[in-house]
Amino acid sequence: MTFSGSVVPMGGNGANGAAKHHVLSVLVENKSGVLARIAQLFSRRGYNIYSLSVAPTEDDRFSRVTIVVDVESAPLEQITKQLHKLINVLKISEINASQAVEYELLLGSISTSSESRSEIIELVRIFDGKIVDVGFDKLTVMLAGSPKTLDDFEALLAVYPIVEIQRTGRVALQKLDRSAPTRARSKSGKAS
Amino acid sequence: MQLTGAQALIKSLEMEQVEVIFGLPGGAILPVYDPLLDSTIRHILVRHEQGAGHAAEGYAHVTGRPGVAMVTSGPAATNIVTALADAYMDSIPLVVITGQVGTTLIGTDAFQEADTTGITMSVTKHNWLVTDASQIPTVVREAFHVATTGRPGPVLIDLPKDVSNQLMEWYWPESVDLPGYKPTLKGHPKMIQEAAKLISKALRPVLYVGGGVLRADATKELLTLAEHCGIPVVTTLMARGAFPDDNPLCLGMPGMHGNYTAVTSMQKSDLLITLGARFDDRVTGNVAGFAPYAKVIHVDIDPAELGKIRNPDVPIVGDLKLVIPELTKEIKKLKVDIKAQLEPWIAELATWREKFPLTYQQDPSGRPLKPQYVIERLRQMAPPDTIVVSGVGQHQMWASQFWKFNHPNTWVNSGGLGTMGFAVPAALGAKVGRPDKVVWAIDGDGCFQMTAQELVTATAERIPIKVAILNNAYLGMVRQWQEMFYDQRYSEVYLSPDLPDYVKWAEAMGCVGIRVDSADEVQVAIEKANSINDRPVVIDFRTDTWEKVFPMVPAGKTNDEIVIGPQEMEKK
Repeated sequence: MTFSGSVVPMGGNGANGAAKHHVLSVLVENKSGVLARIAQLFSRRGYNIYSLSVAPTEDDRFSRVTIVVDVESAPLEQITKQLHKLINVLKISEINASQAVEYELLLGSISTSSESRSEIIELVRIFDGKIVDVGFDKLTVMLAGSPKTLDDFEALLAVYPIVEIQRTGRVALQKLDRSAPTRARSKSGKAS
Repeated sequence: MQLTGAQALIKSLEMEQVEVIFGLPGGAILPVYDPLLDSTIRHILVRHEQGAGHAAEGYAHVTGRPGVAMVTSGPAATNIVTALADAYMDSIPLVVITGQVGTTLIGTDAFQEADTTGITMSVTKHNWLVTDASQIPTVVREAFHVATTGRPGPVLIDLPKDVSNQLMEWYWPESVDLPGYKPTLKGHPKMIQEAAKLISKALRPVLYVGGGVLRADATKELLTLAEHCGIPVVTTLMARGAFPDDNPLCLGMPGMHGNYTAVTSMQKSDLLITLGARFDDRVTGNVAGFAPYAKVIHVDIDPAELGKIRNPDVPIVGDLKLVIPELTKEIKKLKVDIKAQLEPWIAELATWREKFPLTYQQDPSGRPLKPQYVIERLRQMAPPDTIVVSGVGQHQMWASQFWKFNHPNTWVNSGGLGTMGFAVPAALGAKVGRPDKVVWAIDGDGCFQMTAQELVTATAERIPIKVAILNNAYLGMVRQWQEMFYDQRYSEVYLSPDLPDYVKWAEAMGCVGIRVDSADEVQVAIEKANSINDRPVVIDFRTDTWEKVFPMVPAGKTNDEIVIGPQEMEKK
């Protein structure tokens, strides 16, 4: 893949306002075939999964699947309901970016010259990233952060000859409640 | 007690009180067919795996119990996919067991290998690939639980050959542990109260009843609700028989080929009380123009149905068997004389019924023989609780229109998927499930040719079903569309009335074959068929090629644009 430098912003509306990213956090049984069942519900309706991350949770009987998908709200509701019908799916939350902690990891290998090497190292330092591998004329950098931060970092890296960039897709959890339990002021929003 | 996986499977099926398996053996399922010899479970050897699936569906339709089919791997598994898809669309509980190549061969393109769980993922409620014999009792228990609870549907167990041969220590699980599967049964009380309020205020309500009422075994509850309020009922293609046709409140079938009153009642309605129905496109026509004045109460056990096509004003997730009585109770509490309030509505419906009945004209000369006449005569000469099974096409619509369904689970057809060839094997399965009842398959000539070989099964297994072929020598529904919407340019729809010779074919399969060419032969032929109870009977009714199914809402049109009959068609 050649990197064009025009980064598709993640989160919020796309440039034309038509495609909307939704983030679903799906708790599933950690069994074979579960991912195929989930993916199939999207593919049979012609929807593209934008990014996907899967890993076991603290209880290894279960995995959490974080799906970012471009769908209008109405079909998404139908897909969510269909997901609920899967026997291996326990819980689905749609994650609202403003009420969630979202992180993503980026690995990128960049060709360097003697001049650009220090610039890149500087850039990585500014973003609190890491140089995780060094070759004769290449560097591999790592950055974990919000999808937006990664977008910015990626855009700034774009001026250099990029060999390869790989992002993980986001993982997300709901933000924790900040109000102390003694204060009875109830919030109107629902947990999920 | 040590058992092989195969023995454990058969024992598990016995534990689930399976009385009959429809199947056909082959390489990968061979180990299971051996202990089957020692089992009390009856096995019916079909001639094609699709037939096993449809027979199991027919059995499930009429008994309400899960149908069980067992076939081998690869081509057998792919052959039964159609039946799985059919059962999935119509929410029919099926448990299908497929053989699979040995676990060490999976993924190597072994002989008769197919990715059965992958292929059937989208047409089953759930499926399992068993990788160790110790899983078998748990999986079977789970499979029956998933197939029969919540919204029923087909499930599949894929069993590799080496797992069938593997030894395991027998056990039977006390309960099912599926943390992600908990169907909601009880309707939300607030929502039920809301629904009752809407019903008490409605002036033109219609009970829009779908197959879910039959699946939930809630026909008595529905009758109580409808009669208490005096609300008219439409029964969709899948719900024919859920409410008695002879009840004055029954308007019959809505939809593309529904009768004028049923279709128009929904169009003019101010409240659709939707029970176990899913706003199928064949019912709604163009959705934008469907029931434009109606508020919607939607009750379904499957939350995904609520708001899928039409946003309900009152959504209720729950089991109809529990929700309908609750709803009736709440309505009674309101102490509104709903019946009195609906008098003008009922009177208006009555005038439509009188003005726009279903009609056809049988020429007194007896020729051409009208298919509707055949169905009416079959009905008049059959016991009232006769089970009618149909294929898909014109004959299916006529059967639904002209039969009178007064008992639940007496109408078996392929509604959602529209599977041609459904009738013969499904009728066989229905007769196995209800040997005490007369089973008539009303089939088309096109459909019959797809699965007729199951009549060999019927003869061999002494399953005396009766088949009426409405033989119009065409793929009739397609011909009708080509006539109406493609300028009478008939493309690949002619089948011939006598190729094959249906009487000889029936006889070759051990059935009694009868031919009827004219209306005056109908009575004698049906009398003869009714007198035969030791083998299947096939009557080849040579019916009018040019007869079309009316009324009809043309595809893409709204239900207000219903075409009542051929005369009106000509005017347009």
